[in-house]
Amino acid sequence: MRVGVVTFPGSLDDRDAARAVRVAGGEAVSLWHGDADLHGVDAVVLPGGFSYGDYLRCGAIARFAPVMEPLVDAARGGLPVLGICNGFQVLCESHLLPGALIRNDHRKFVCRDQPLRVESTATAWTSGYAAGQEIVIPLKNGEGGYVADERTLDELEGEGRVVVRYAGDNPNGSYRDIAGVTNARGNVVGLMPHPEHAVEALTGPTTDGLGFFTSVLEGLVRS
Amino acid sequence: MIDTVELAAKTPDQPQPWGELGLKQDEYQRIRDILGRRPTNAELAMYSVMWSEHCSYKSSKVHLRQFGEKAPQSDALLVGIGQNAGVVDIGHGYAVTFKIESHNHPSYVEPYQGAATGVGGIVRDILAMGARPVAVMDSLRFGPLDADDTHRVLPGVVAGVGGYGNCLGLPNIGGEVVFDPSYAANPLVNALCVGVMKHEDIHLANATGVGNKVVLFGARTGGDGIGGASILASESFDDSKPSKRPAVQVGDPFMEKVLIECCLELFEAQVVEAIQDLGAAGISCATSELASNGDGGMYVQLEKVLLRDPSLTPGEIMMSESQERMMGIVTPENLDAFLAITTRWDVETAVIGEVTGTGRLIIDWHGETIADVDPRTVAHDGPVYERPYARPDWQDSLQADGPGELPRPGTGDELRGTLLRLLASPNLASKAWITDQYDRYVLGNTVLAQPEDAGVLRIDESTGLGVAIATDGNGRYAKLDPYTGAQLALAEAYRNVATTGATPLAVTDGLNFGSPEDPAVMWQFAEAIRGLADGCQALGTPVTGGNVSLYNQTGDAAILPTAIVGVLGVLDDVARRTPQGFREPGQVIYLLGETRDEFGGSEWAWAEHGHLGGRPPSVDLAAERELAEILVNASRDGLIDAAHDLSDGGLAVALVESVLRHGVGARVWVPDGLDPFVFLFSESQARAIVAVPRSEEVRFTDMCSARRFAHQRIGVVDDGGVLDLQGQFSVPVDDLRTAHESTLSSAFDA
Repeated sequence: MRVGVVTFPGSLDDRDAARAVRVAGGEAVSLWHGDADLHGVDAVVLPGGFSYGDYLRCGAIARFAPVMEPLVDAARGGLPVLGICNGFQVLCESHLLPGALIRNDHRKFVCRDQPLRVESTATAWTSGYAAGQEIVIPLKNGEGGYVADERTLDELEGEGRVVVRYAGDNPNGSYRDIAGVTNARGNVVGLMPHPEHAVEALTGPTTDGLGFFTSVLEGLVRS
Repeated sequence: MIDTVELAAKTPDQPQPWGELGLKQDEYQRIRDILGRRPTNAELAMYSVMWSEHCSYKSSKVHLRQFGEKAPQSDALLVGIGQNAGVVDIGHGYAVTFKIESHNHPSYVEPYQGAATGVGGIVRDILAMGARPVAVMDSLRFGPLDADDTHRVLPGVVAGVGGYGNCLGLPNIGGEVVFDPSYAANPLVNALCVGVMKHEDIHLANATGVGNKVVLFGARTGGDGIGGASILASESFDDSKPSKRPAVQVGDPFMEKVLIECCLELFEAQVVEAIQDLGAAGISCATSELASNGDGGMYVQLEKVLLRDPSLTPGEIMMSESQERMMGIVTPENLDAFLAITTRWDVETAVIGEVTGTGRLIIDWHGETIADVDPRTVAHDGPVYERPYARPDWQDSLQADGPGELPRPGTGDELRGTLLRLLASPNLASKAWITDQYDRYVLGNTVLAQPEDAGVLRIDESTGLGVAIATDGNGRYAKLDPYTGAQLALAEAYRNVATTGATPLAVTDGLNFGSPEDPAVMWQFAEAIRGLADGCQALGTPVTGGNVSLYNQTGDAAILPTAIVGVLGVLDDVARRTPQGFREPGQVIYLLGETRDEFGGSEWAWAEHGHLGGRPPSVDLAAERELAEILVNASRDGLIDAAHDLSDGGLAVALVESVLRHGVGARVWVPDGLDPFVFLFSESQARAIVAVPRSEEVRFTDMCSARRFAHQRIGVVDDGGVLDLQGQFSVPVDDLRTAHESTLSSAFDA
């Protein structure tokens, strides 16, 4: 199974995401922001980082990159897409996911090992977890506060589209402790924490993040 | 009107602003003698920045030579002092380059940008060697935690280090933070970067090959940081002068990230002969250093430099310290391929000149020659001062005022109270409020990071080959005895690296002192270098490069003499690294090394009594070597599961840190014949605590006995959630955590 990892100028966790795909047993394929071609990949990860320096607004410039045109179409057609951190911001700016991410309420960058609760396993990226499972993976962001209007939040909750929630202290002021959401179809997931940093016991606080990558690979094998 | 070489020859008596540019009368006269005429404005700009203390090391050179003269034999050293950074062989064809650099004065003037561009500058030094930067560390010093100005400077510096490093995608894996009144108005911001390459990819910054193109690429040249090197770094702050705020550079980490990827692609495609970063003194430095290290000649058309601000004069362009710029030397055949790569990364590039065999650096501005110099005279033949130095008259009385008379805690309750207060004191309190603002995970190779004793990085995924790096530096020890203090900084960093299981290989140093024009400061500096050079010789770890920052003082008051030492070590397999935290109940705690009654310069004397006097702890480098070998062998043979070095705050603080890491408990007893207070808080060197699985206890103690190294069984790890010092006191781990972790957050989040 081939999983594309997009590199925008300023992407930082692209090599980590590619390593996570490999550790999970998939083949990682580099995709370049300026190339409007997904090269036939079976799924795509938009990695963390500061695309275009996060100037203007996080993800606001990346959404206009040539690679995003075929990506948005394919995502609407069901291609599994995972946006991590800056990738989540890009997915919101692209309107593939509702809501937006704003500066942390304490106004500082935060890097820590974050406990999370998996709320929905009905997505392409979380099918391998148990509902309600508690996991710990790194969180690192300056603008990770998830916000949306009340109606959208109620809709997300009602439709089971809150994928993961912060357990324990809310690290950034996200509404309703939301750490990740999905689209109606469950193929596009945006996630503020970084599962790609928790795939090896040597370098991660846990290996709890591996499930995101094995979930999508197993789903692809089944289909 | 543009000041040309022709005009300069005709107008010898024209007054020139050499004083404002930081030159002394005799230095200006020397420039005139070298050129045989008055310098043009552009030449004056070049000489003034390159002959500044910051760029020329004019006060420190005569002492720094010892690092070369006393360098121990080392097969590991591939590139030594003098290049952008030293390079160390770590085996399997890999080489590591690392260096520490200061950005102290700019960080006081403009904390965020000063710190950010400090990180940016050292990262470009590493990149210029052909290496991929893989991690950063920061060594910070601030005034008292409760001083108003610390609340301006510290949050800005931390946000700047984090803002730049995080956005660059480099994990921050360690460093230290120390508070002392002497750093008020003189904060220290020393940033370290480490990079990795294969041996064959090492590049030296030399302009060779007549006819090769000189290419400037990266950010455009603007008006920021003009004269920063000469004016900011070479004078103490003085209220009578106007604000120097505009002289601090502004960083753009996004541009630097793109520049890193672009440069690595240029190296990989083998389309560039050499790359030099533009830091202090900008184009003046890059052109004169590249030319004098190479074939000796260069011709530059300065009007081809891409500008952010078209009103800049040629002299300002020569001096500008705009960040995120690189200068490359490219053969004519490779130029198109070079430009294709910079274009792919949207990096603006201008061909501004070429390498010549004339031995002259000639710079034209729209067809008129504005500089015609021998580049060696700019880059290497600057003034060298044998500054007078003398042991200060207060040194004897300072050393005579030992901590022996200070009241010591006696009862269990008093010892308990002392421990809780020390844990909460600014220097010993948890620094998580700071380090949680740094990304330690990016790149996916961080095996250990702060608050561990050293940062550990995996270099090669297939073999597990990795490196460990630690920085340390205790200014109080050095104030009491600069020779010993510098060796203590070295010993601690060396010990920290060994504690993780790595074999120490090489050293970088950041030497931060007051004014070299004060003989007392100059004595501290000379003694510290002598101590460090002797120490490196004894430990077999050569100095590979570093940085000197002088004039860190306000009025007559200099900072504590602060030699920050970074030690790099290698691990054959990072999977066997030894972490700091106790984890397994039942494991036995051993204290390694001799504990003596040593409290001069200690954290206890300072935090409890505001006392600084006497002698620092004694140094025993042979014991440090022995301890390091024990720790490395124990890691290799799987004899220990945790290890923590003993330093500031002594055994008590180390025990608490090891217990807090995983929230376990421990029962500890005072060995026979030791005073409980001395046992808990002495800062004797060459010591560590380790957690030994019971199944390995005999092998471990046999190894220590065979080496005749002192080892005492002092306790057992348990899961009781209490630190119990038997017969003295016990404290719940939650109370220890509250004491240790509240200080910085309540100071800065309130």
